[in-house]
Amino acid sequence: MGNMLANIFGTSPVQPLVNHVHIAYKCVRELDGFFGAAIKGDWDSAVEYRNRITGFEHEADDLKKEIRLHLPKSLFMPVPREDLLELLLVQDKMANRAKDVSGIVLGRKMQIPPVIAAEFQEFVKRNVDASKQARKSVRELDELFTSGFRGAEVSLVESLLEELDAIETDTDDRQAALRASLFEIENEIAPVDVMFLYQVIELIGEIADMAERVGRRLELLLSH
Amino acid sequence: MEAQYIYIGLAAAFGLFMAWGIGANDVANAMATSVGSKALTIKQAILVAAVFEFLGAVLAGGAVTSTIRKGIVDADLLVNSPELLIYGMLASLLAAGTWLFIASKNGWPVSTTHSIVGAIVGFAAVGIGIDAVQWEQVATIVVSWVVSPLTAGLIAFLIYLSVQRLILTQEDPLTQAKRYVPVYIFFAGFTITLVTLLKGLKHVGLDLSLINSYLLATGIAALIAIVGFIFIQRIEPDPKAEKKQHFHTVERVFAVLMVVTACGMAFAHGSNDVANAIGPLAAVISVARSGIVGAESALPIWVLVIGGGGIVVGLATYGRHVIATVGEKITQLTPSRGFAAELAAATTIVIASGTGIPISTTHTLVGAVLGVGLARGIEAIDLRVVGRIFVSWVVTIPAGAFLAIIFFFIFRTVLP
Repeated sequence: MGNMLANIFGTSPVQPLVNHVHIAYKCVRELDGFFGAAIKGDWDSAVEYRNRITGFEHEADDLKKEIRLHLPKSLFMPVPREDLLELLLVQDKMANRAKDVSGIVLGRKMQIPPVIAAEFQEFVKRNVDASKQARKSVRELDELFTSGFRGAEVSLVESLLEELDAIETDTDDRQAALRASLFEIENEIAPVDVMFLYQVIELIGEIADMAERVGRRLELLLSH
Repeated sequence: MEAQYIYIGLAAAFGLFMAWGIGANDVANAMATSVGSKALTIKQAILVAAVFEFLGAVLAGGAVTSTIRKGIVDADLLVNSPELLIYGMLASLLAAGTWLFIASKNGWPVSTTHSIVGAIVGFAAVGIGIDAVQWEQVATIVVSWVVSPLTAGLIAFLIYLSVQRLILTQEDPLTQAKRYVPVYIFFAGFTITLVTLLKGLKHVGLDLSLINSYLLATGIAALIAIVGFIFIQRIEPDPKAEKKQHFHTVERVFAVLMVVTACGMAFAHGSNDVANAIGPLAAVISVARSGIVGAESALPIWVLVIGGGGIVVGLATYGRHVIATVGEKITQLTPSRGFAAELAAATTIVIASGTGIPISTTHTLVGAVLGVGLARGIEAIDLRVVGRIFVSWVVTIPAGAFLAIIFFFIFRTVLP
């Protein structure tokens, strides 16, 4: 009976979820340096960035499994367990996209055409920004639970999510512009490379999409 | 009769064992809430428990002691064989103590109250006869075991809802907390004092009028609230910790409140659970000394000392480890949540004590915690464990009864 009181408390998913989004963000953040190196053709440092990215991605994966393990169906929580698991899944996908895209670029030692390099790098940065904003929003989970998902804290999170949406819209615009720029010069590049460039742009853009979906999930929690 | 010293000696030893067990487990659970939320250190918790358990037992524990002592067994049937009551009470103490010991070794969540009531009912029904049990009283007690966690849960739910509405969901929660927490302190002090004055003090020989009780309770509560207010005004925000958690300073304000509710919880516990150890002891002493059943004798002060002392020793020796383990595991119970649970549980328990009903303090606290959870206050509650607690409560009653019956027949054969 010594632990009767202690054991009715399940493991709180809040801090682990916050830790997870932090790792996912760290993973995505490395993309900035990775593409900087790739644009310069510095493949040695690109490999180092890539190693860090896969390292963080594994870390995020392990933590994801750990969190799932500690969220049994018997838990009674203020928000549905499914919504938290879904949040975890989209957080994890941010890291997955970073790993996928860096894998393709490194594997093919892809050349980013110098004409669009600056625009490309900016596009990457904005996607990193999106995942940073997602992290900032998820970090409010603790306060949201404390205030019972009501009141001033909800408004605060809503404003964070509006900001996140704005960043995501910006990445969409940049993605369209970047594709247009690539279209201008695509005849000068080998067709296979062009195909992959379009694919890489697509994958990078998905990071902001995932960040936005993190926001959507948080919003769903607010509406309960 | 020479045998009376043997009886009293044995009863004192068993009572001490039982009190030790209560201190080591029940009290530790009650105090762990405050330690887990960092409102008190372990040493402070032990000090608070020592003082307020004792106060609770002396000032408000009389009614429950009386119920355990003579409310469950119909003493009229034993007029011609008073020694049966002695054997029975000794057996009950030993049975409850043993069962608690076995259970805590195995980590089963059982209640001291359920053990001792089960044991007394067991020896009376089998050792003496079905009619020897005052079934109406037992039924009231059993119903209260269902009602008390529910009541505590409802009160905790409402308190925490008000905390959310008034403080946590506001634009400036710190200002709101500084404004309202003294009110909660007043409320906590007022409720517990008033129930004690109205219901408990009769057994101490004090009988205040209704008006005087209200006035005195208001005075005491105001005093505590003012002291709390002074402490709260001194709390300055820590910008660094605030950045990580906006409610950091708010929780520190609630920690002041939680010191008050921790005292209330220890007081409430003392008023209800000390009786589990000293009720049977008092019954044995009364019969052994006078040779007659049902003699009206005052509770000797050393009996209370055994009860209170045993609890403090149990807490200081084994209970501190329990506090540490439990405290570490219940970090989800921040002061704003923990106080709601403690205040609700303490209020419910003190009311039960005043009415003379022995209830499980730990189960009441569990009910209160669930109430906070229902108000969306707790991140994750494991419903499997809640289920297991309810199963264990059903098992404890026959287990206590069974052991008591065995010990009863042994004592009847062995003792003079």
